[in-house]
Parts: sequence; C-alpha cells; structure tokens
Amino acid sequence: MNNEIYDVIILGAGPAGLAAGIYASRAKLSTLIINEGAVGGQLTLTEEIANYPGVETTSGYQLVTTMKKQAQEFGCKIKSNRTITRFQLEGAVKSITVNDTETFQGRTVILATGGTPRMLGIPGEQEFKGRGVSYCATCDGDFFNGKEIVVVGGGNSALEEAVTLTKHASKVTIVHQFDQFQAFEYAIEEAKANPKIEFIMESELRAIVGADTVEKIEIEHLPTGNKSELKTDGIFVFIGYVPNTEKVKDVVMVNERGEILVDPEMKTNTPGVFGAGDSIQKRYRQVTTAVADGTIAALSASAYLRQ
Amino acid sequence: MQLQTNLKHLITADDHKKFIEENENVMVCCGRMGPMCIPVYEAMEELEDDYKHIKFADMAFDSPDAHVIRNAPECKGFMGLPFVMYYKNGKVAHASSSILTPQQIKAVLDSKLTK
Ligand SMILES: Cc1cc2nc3c(=O)[nH]c(=O)nc-3n(C[C@H](O)[C@H](O)[C@H](O)COP(=O)(O)OP(=O)(O)OC[C@H]3O[C@@H](n4cnc5c(N)ncnc54)[C@H](O)[C@@H]3O)c2cc1C
Repeated sequence: MNNEIYDVIILGAGPAGLAAGIYASRAKLSTLIINEGAVGGQLTLTEEIANYPGVETTSGYQLVTTMKKQAQEFGCKIKSNRTITRFQLEGAVKSITVNDTETFQGRTVILATGGTPRMLGIPGEQEFKGRGVSYCATCDGDFFNGKEIVVVGGGNSALEEAVTLTKHASKVTIVHQFDQFQAFEYAIEEAKANPKIEFIMESELRAIVGADTVEKIEIEHLPTGNKSELKTDGIFVFIGYVPNTEKVKDVVMVNERGEILVDPEMKTNTPGVFGAGDSIQKRYRQVTTAVADGTIAALSASAYLRQ
Repeated sequence: MQLQTNLKHLITADDHKKFIEENENVMVCCGRMGPMCIPVYEAMEELEDDYKHIKFADMAFDSPDAHVIRNAPECKGFMGLPFVMYYKNGKVAHASSSILTPQQIKAVLDSKLTK
C-alpha cells in the first residue's frame, strides 16, 4: 500500500481525465491519473482535430501531447498502461489497486474512462484483425489499393471513412443494419454521390471467412433472415463506441447502456466520486464536451474537499 | 526517417540487423505516427522498465530500409499497421499486424521472449 493519500485520483487519461488533471493540480491538489491504455484515449485514434477552439487543425496525438505536458507541469502524476484490479470507492478515503500489486488512496475519485470502439463480435473478426479486418481507414487504407472492401456501420464515421477509402479501393460496399443512416445529411449525400460506393441496408455481418487473409463475408438480411455471401478483400468496422464502465458499474449508478449517471456538477451517487467525458450519460461526445466535463468534475472535487 | 517516440529508433537495415543479432530478446514496432501505432509505442515505453531483458525499438514503416520488416515472410498477408516483430537470438519468434493492447503485448513477451 502506498502511504500517500491523494486529494484527487482520476481514472482515465483521455481529454476528460487530462483536463481534470490540469484543473486539479493547478488548484494545488495532489493529483494522480491512472490510465488503463495509452494516454490520450480516443484522441490518439483521431487523425485530425479541426474543431477544437483556439487550436488550428492538428493531430489528435499532438493535442494529447500538449494536454499531458500541461498536466504534468502543474504537478499531476500520470501512470498509464496499468490494469485496475480492485476498487473501494465508499467512505472518506477511497482506494484503487493496479496490477494486483500497488494500491493508491484518494479522498476523491473522478471516473473519466471514456469509450472503446465497438467490435462486431462475430467469427473471424479477431482472427483476421490486421489481415483484412481494420478499424482505421487512414492507417490501413493503402493496403487495399485497387481492392474491393466492405465498410460496416451507418453513422458519420462509417460514411466519412467509406468516402476516404474510395481513394484506395476499387469498390466500397457499406453494410448497415437499419434502413436509414444515423449521420449528418452532408455525409450521407457525399457517400451516395460517390460512384464507387454501394449499399446493403438492413443487414448484418454474421461471419468473416478466409484462409490467410479475408476472402468473403456472410451477411444476413434482417427483415427476411436470408443469408448470402459477398466476396471481399477487407472489412472496415465503424459501429460506434461502448462506455468503459464495466469495472465501475457496480460501484456507481449507470443507465441501461452502462453510462455513468451524474448531476450537473458531475457528482455520481457515491459521495466524493465524480464522472466526466464519454463514459457519462450525455448526448454529444466530443473533445470539447469531454474537457468541459473534466473541468467541472475537478472543480466539484475541489469544492467537496473544502467541505 | 525517424518516428517521434521515446523508443530506440532503427533507421537503417544494418541498424536492424545489428540490433537483433546483438540482443537475445528484441521487440520492434514498425509503423507510422498514426492512431493504430501510437498506443503500441506507448505501451512499449511503459513495458521497458518491467522487461529489462528485452530490448525495444521502433522503425518507420515508410523508410526504404524498413523492407526488412515489410517484406519479411512472417509478414505475408499483413494489412494493418503496425507490423510488430519479436526476435529471439536474431530469429523471428512471433509477428503481428494491427493495434495491440499492453495485455496482448505482455502475453507474447511472457511466452516468446523469456529470460
Ligand atoms: C476516430 C475518432 C475521431 C474523432 N474525431 C473527433 C473530432 O474531430 N473532434 C472531436 O471533438 N471529437 C472527436 N472524437 C471524439 C473524442 O475523441 C471523444 O469524445 C473524447 O476523446 C472523449 O474523451 P474522454 O476522456 O471522455 O474518453 P477517452 O478519449 O475514451 O479516454 C478514456 C481513457 O480512459 C482509459 N480507461 C478506460 N478504462 C479505464 C479504467 N477502468 N481505468 C483507467 N483508465 C481507463 C482509456 O484507456 C482511455 O485512455 C473522435 C473519436 C474517434 C474515435
């Protein structure tokens, strides 16, 4: 057990957690961020950020690097790539155990665990990851030059990435589970106007099949239950995000989608525990909203500590 | 051509050859500064402290000399960045394509690059 009791322990080093770290450490609260993955969260998956006010178009990586530096310069400690193995969030002093070996104590905890790309969860997906199954058009698009590929999803990411992928692929088939897209009109129009893009609606992938690399997919047409096969060289998956609340959902209240319930001050139902960013129940998930939540959570934690 | 990481950078094919020959256990991540690669570099930076018997390095995917990894037989069929290579005594012990979690990396290090 580490003897130091931090004023604030933040779980998650995405934009929400880093913003909370900047505010808490700048307020001279001893602050520790523990992160399960790479610092930056989804921001590191973002090739280009053009809508963060005050910052001209930059890469997600660059923005994260600056946020991390800011937090550390104010004295915030950051431990990343740790696995949280135990929590105790009740009472005046909360404790968090990582890698089953180290335990950290804090008077307040901010849950800023964000979200993770949703997987298809079908046979062949894991087996062919990196051998035809991809989650990043800008990273892997050039492996598919002149090839026929499938994009799964019907939101903004799926449609925008499908258009991007037409620069590489000879044909892109979008497979979507509903009869309409859940995207902005401009994205739908752009995809529909692209001669290289075809659509298979009201259908879901059931399996990815191949030998060394992906060769075909099995598709089910949902209204009829009819199954068919489609030859393809690759599958790009953009089917949204799930909140990373599996580990905390038994210690704070979450809704039916697993999103943490907070009040306008980012308080959860457990005293001294706050939520922020994509892991909380809210409508708009952006870097700006995440940093706003992180700011409010840190200020609320500070007010709680003064009580 | 060099990546912006805190890892050791392998620039030339000769660097690569020397590095895997001179060290018993080696992990090399060959990628770009992109979303699928950055989390792997960062995980490697964190793991360097815990796995002192393993040498970690990166190599820029687009450098001409990275053909030593791009065209390695073990990478046939790879279609996702980064290409990650694990070497034991100068020989490929394992290779993978696309993003990895720290847990996935640890699983390979613990099974293929033992002391
Ligand atoms: C491809 C893509 C493009 C995007 N483009 C834009 C854009 O252009 N503009 C924009 O404003 N927004 C964009 N977004 C959305 C934006 O990135 C997110 O809204 C924002 O990153 C959410 O921040 P967060 O801190 O809440 O969560 P995340 O960024 O998800 O960070 C959460 C962090 O917590 C860690 N974690 C998870 N579980 C635990 C745990 N149990 N304990 C400790 N740590 C944990 C994760 O590893 C991660 O590092 C994009 C997202 C994606 C995926």
